[in-house]
Amino acid sequence: MSFDPAITLFSCHYTSQQSCAEEGKELEQLGFPASINLVRVACTGKLQITTLLQAFEDGADGVYVVGCPEDGCHNVKGSIRAAKRVAAVRAALEELGVEGERVQMYHLPRGLHPEFVAKGKEMDARIRDLGPSPFQN
Amino acid sequence: MIVAERKPMAEIVEMVKDCKKVLVLACRGCVTVCSAGGEREAEILSSLIRLGMKKAGKSIEITTGSLVRQCDREYIDEIDQWEGKYDAVVSTACGVGVNFISNLRKETMVYPALNTTFFGGSAEQGVWTEQCAGCGDCVLHLTGGLCPVARCAKSLMNGPCGGSVDGKCEIDKDVECIWQSIYDRLGSFDRSAQMEVIAPIRDWSTAGHGGPRKIVRDDLTV
Repeated sequence: MSFDPAITLFSCHYTSQQSCAEEGKELEQLGFPASINLVRVACTGKLQITTLLQAFEDGADGVYVVGCPEDGCHNVKGSIRAAKRVAAVRAALEELGVEGERVQMYHLPRGLHPEFVAKGKEMDARIRDLGPSPFQN
Repeated sequence: MIVAERKPMAEIVEMVKDCKKVLVLACRGCVTVCSAGGEREAEILSSLIRLGMKKAGKSIEITTGSLVRQCDREYIDEIDQWEGKYDAVVSTACGVGVNFISNLRKETMVYPALNTTFFGGSAEQGVWTEQCAGCGDCVLHLTGGLCPVARCAKSLMNGPCGGSVDGKCEIDKDVECIWQSIYDRLGSFDRSAQMEVIAPIRDWSTAGHGGPRKIVRDDLTV
């Protein structure tokens, strides 16, 4: 089934800072999926489980977090904390009988690297494959 | 503190499936400290219930609140502030809180969001371990401050048993044999002879085997 997903990305300020250059036009030119709504946060370690769940409540079909490399977080352990919270949300989704893959964590280098776009495409493809969120009923 | 953990979401959603309005009620006592049922966990649970009900094609209105404690009569009365906003309460307190609300509010249906697990402490961040069984007849003065009732798999009063190997319990190689630890600790205080004293058959009536326990302090009652 083909559908246009709504995906929410919470990205670390440092990881995404180049991604917002020229109001995101460069990102668009590189093929970053239009289905992804980018929300920049000061540090992914600040993200709470409720923030990720709220994105699903607000209608996201998928949610993912992009933070610093595990061994190179600007705030030392911020992205590690974020990964643990993403894992907690994934476990909770599975408890509710929903695919855990709808939430993901990626650790990427700072700046606009090809991986940033590649992971966006990967997430877009994954959610298209999974279909609409079961929470849309 | 009392240590607890959230019940599986399928179980909680099943409890509230016919409710239109629910009060998710946190407790700011022990379950806040063990990160199972404080305000933050109640917010997470509220979101998960909404999502679970959405998935089931149902809607539910959730109010999230908290009490200082759910194990004291004076705080239970504060539930009145949410009057009319719920068909049922989902309590994130320990079982004591759920019982207290049930005891005091005859018209209120209360569901437990947690499995109340043990009396324990935080061994390290995110890890809690059982330390006390609340047996009502403490023997810690004889065992170097380490509890064989809670921490020996067999609650032996004369240990260790033959399943103790290299300081570990036969039930799991990661579980400390508390009787080995008691022996080592008594030895460090030059009190190893205590191990030779045979503990008598124990009267477990104080541990709840004699029915629900109650303490009355005449110096405090009014």
